[in-house]
Amino acid sequence: MLPATVHAQLAALLPREALLTATEDTRPYECDGLTLFRETPAAVVLPDTEQQVVAILKLCHAARVPVVARGAGTGLSGGAMPHRDGVVLSLAKFRRIVAIDPLARTAVVQPGVRNLAISEAAAAHGLYYAPDPSSQIACTIGGNVAENAGGVHCLKYGLTVHNVRRVRAVTIDGEIVEFGGDALDAPGYDLLALITGSEGLLAVITEITVKLTPTPQLAQVALAAFPTVESAGAAVGAVIAEGIIPGGLEMMDQAATRAVEQFVHADYPLDAAAILLVEADGTPEEVAAEMAEVRRVLAASGATEIRVSRDEAQRLLFWSGRKAAFPAAGRISPDYYCIDGTIPRKALPRVLRQIEAWSAEYGLRVANVFHAGDGNLHPLILFDANRPGEADKTIAFGDRILELCIEVGGTVTGEHGVGVEKLRGTCAQFGTAEIERFLGVKKAFDPHGLLNPGKAVPTLARCAEFGRMHVHRGELAHPELPRF
Amino acid sequence: MHEAVIQGWQARVREAAAAKTPLAIRGGGTKAFYGEAEQGEPFDTRAYAGIVDYEPTELVVTARAGTLLADVERTLREAGQMLAFEPPHFAPGGTLGGTIATGLSGPRRPYAGAVRDHVLGVKVVDGRGELLTFGGRVMKNVAGFDVARLMTGALGTLGIVAEASLKCVPQPRAQATRVFELSADEGIRRANEWGGKPLPLSATCQCDGRLYVRLSGAAPAVEAAAAKFGGAEVPDGEALWTAVRDHAHPFFAAARDGAPLWRLSVRSTAPHTDLGAEQLIEWGGALRWLVAPRAEASKLRAWAAAHGGHATLFAARDRSPGVFHPLPPALAGLHARLKAEFDPHGILNPGRMAAGGA
Ligand SMILES: Cc1cc2nc3c(=O)[nH]c(=O)nc-3n(C[C@H](O)[C@H](O)[C@H](O)COP(=O)(O)OP(=O)(O)OC[C@H]3O[C@@H](n4cnc5c(N)ncnc54)[C@H](O)[C@@H]3O)c2cc1C
Repeated sequence: MLPATVHAQLAALLPREALLTATEDTRPYECDGLTLFRETPAAVVLPDTEQQVVAILKLCHAARVPVVARGAGTGLSGGAMPHRDGVVLSLAKFRRIVAIDPLARTAVVQPGVRNLAISEAAAAHGLYYAPDPSSQIACTIGGNVAENAGGVHCLKYGLTVHNVRRVRAVTIDGEIVEFGGDALDAPGYDLLALITGSEGLLAVITEITVKLTPTPQLAQVALAAFPTVESAGAAVGAVIAEGIIPGGLEMMDQAATRAVEQFVHADYPLDAAAILLVEADGTPEEVAAEMAEVRRVLAASGATEIRVSRDEAQRLLFWSGRKAAFPAAGRISPDYYCIDGTIPRKALPRVLRQIEAWSAEYGLRVANVFHAGDGNLHPLILFDANRPGEADKTIAFGDRILELCIEVGGTVTGEHGVGVEKLRGTCAQFGTAEIERFLGVKKAFDPHGLLNPGKAVPTLARCAEFGRMHVHRGELAHPELPRF
Repeated sequence: MHEAVIQGWQARVREAAAAKTPLAIRGGGTKAFYGEAEQGEPFDTRAYAGIVDYEPTELVVTARAGTLLADVERTLREAGQMLAFEPPHFAPGGTLGGTIATGLSGPRRPYAGAVRDHVLGVKVVDGRGELLTFGGRVMKNVAGFDVARLMTGALGTLGIVAEASLKCVPQPRAQATRVFELSADEGIRRANEWGGKPLPLSATCQCDGRLYVRLSGAAPAVEAAAAKFGGAEVPDGEALWTAVRDHAHPFFAAARDGAPLWRLSVRSTAPHTDLGAEQLIEWGGALRWLVAPRAEASKLRAWAAAHGGHATLFAARDRSPGVFHPLPPALAGLHARLKAEFDPHGILNPGRMAAGGA
């Protein structure tokens, strides 16, 4: 419930349809793409101007009401999950592409613009926005900045943080701030990097300038089949070792290819233990040279079959299966849980083998489909939430995978963020002093902890609680903290 | 042994914090001219040196702050790789720590990204004397706030960089430099137009009525682009780019003798404007250098701000107009609070980033 005064102030500020408080209206906002975690908010507000955002934040700040910013709600770590006593601030109405400057190769967009809409609008100028999360038809650029989202093209063209020039945002006390600028750098600290991936904890983003990239003249994809998951993993390292940075380098195991084949007919070799999709893009000369090398390396790495797309239609066909992998997992299993760890490439064979062994141990099927070139794993654990105990088993399995990611020198989240889901993993990955500094950074922006509280950065008390059960590499992550 | 060095750093910072003694953090001193004047007891990072880990197939190098930049680059070169941001050296003896702390990038920056774009993780000793690790050694990592990038370019005011992991890239197979006789107006327009085409551009430099363009990539692609561009071939292109990068180019002669050098970082399409002196224009139009008196500070800052950017008094004997572009009050407040969090006693390079921060 909102304090009555806050409700009255919001009602005075916003048109009636932009303030939702009835449970049937707020229910659609109770979770993001990670449906395991749900909460109904006290209210949902849908402002359509920056002045309204300023006013909402000022009055929530004054009344100490938590605020959770929300884009399209496609996040996979519970980042946009509401706060029970708080307000969900939806940026859904900020849908305008403010300007495209083809000569400077930038677009100024509002945060609620869908990722793909930017590339569509820029296409007329021979430009596109490079980071392409699989959710790009739905997710917003504001959510992408808040999560530092990645995609298939990020190996070569960078993540969100590499493709954003300027962010305009409102802090919890209603101040408008701009990070970065139209130049390639800005004076002072790199707050543009700090706001990117900050999961709505530091400020509410109201406008973004993104960098646009020239559309390559040509792109071709090679589809390679491998007899074992490990040989496919090793081929990934071999491609990079040749000095090739493909436009995309993705892997799917047999469970994944079989699942998608029922869903879209991508013409994948279903008897292969794993496939790689390797894209070359650039001038026709570059693509020809790179494809010849890619073929050679894949063959030398034990590929049993290599097909190179002959035209754009076939290229899109090869990619269609990869893009449909998550929905396909949802088709073949009542539920699936997507894990998002990153590991050094050299650890791919070992980690994939271990996941396979655990899959047998837990009796839970796993489909692997992921950004292999970046070492960013997405094992999809298939489960049935209606079977007693299976969700818990799934979460335990997922936690073990993430622990293994840390152990081999990686991270608990490559692109989906910490949200509520990976607070425990964050405790395991960082020491007490680092977490204290994170909390200090949060405080520098939001002293009362009102923006998306309880997400992304765990309190030390939470870590101590987790630590009781979490022993990492034989040692407690926070030995100095009192245990309960 | 290395551990002992870091423990020594931590002890020294704790003592300095207790006594409120400022520390002037220094590597090779090759970029000491940059930023506001150093203050405090010299703190030399060079004892903490050496490459910790480098596996070319991972495209990641991890090295201690005191490692010579030249050593890092040589190690990468031997494996056919490089630092994509082409860091300036200015003089021999620069360290990796100084490269991270100054956050300066060279001619390839608009096409390949800046230092911060390649920083994957850092270890720092903060102003409380704590050794902290942010980021890591993998390409994608969104756990925790991106403090590794926050440290990059912070001129040591938030922490003493002890170690850094950087993304490396393969060296281009081929490079070529072409030159065109063009006015500055025309040169800026061309550089922007070409930047919007899918061509293997990797640097531009406009100076003395000429536009120099570097192409890098697969040999057939470089040849095809060179043919398409036209212009004349510059035989020793790399020497030119190194000279531009390190300010050894004749354009910088007066600056090397002590005349105030301004760095104007602006929207790449900003029109060429007579600001009272010749300009050397890099980064496809986004970076403009000129030698101009300190008294011109407000004029230059107003022009840069009007074109989406900022002006830095990059090098000068007297830095009195302030080196960095002033920040709006809301941003200045955030800077002060971040500084207080990482360096509560204000001992790390105090004042070095003044106006631009702490
Ligand atoms: C099928 C599927 C595939 C996916 N594939 C990928 C992928 O390939 N790569 C990838 O990186 N992610 C992927 N995701 C995850 C998700 O799409 C991304 O995290 C995306 O960036 C979220 O955008 P959103 O608009 O839905 O944000 P939301 O889910 O609404 O919010 C995400 C976070 O951002 C914050 N936020 C949102 N808008 C703002 C704002 N304006 N200001 C401040 N904070 C804000 C929220 O508080 C929340 O913490 C996938 C998700 C699905 C469902």
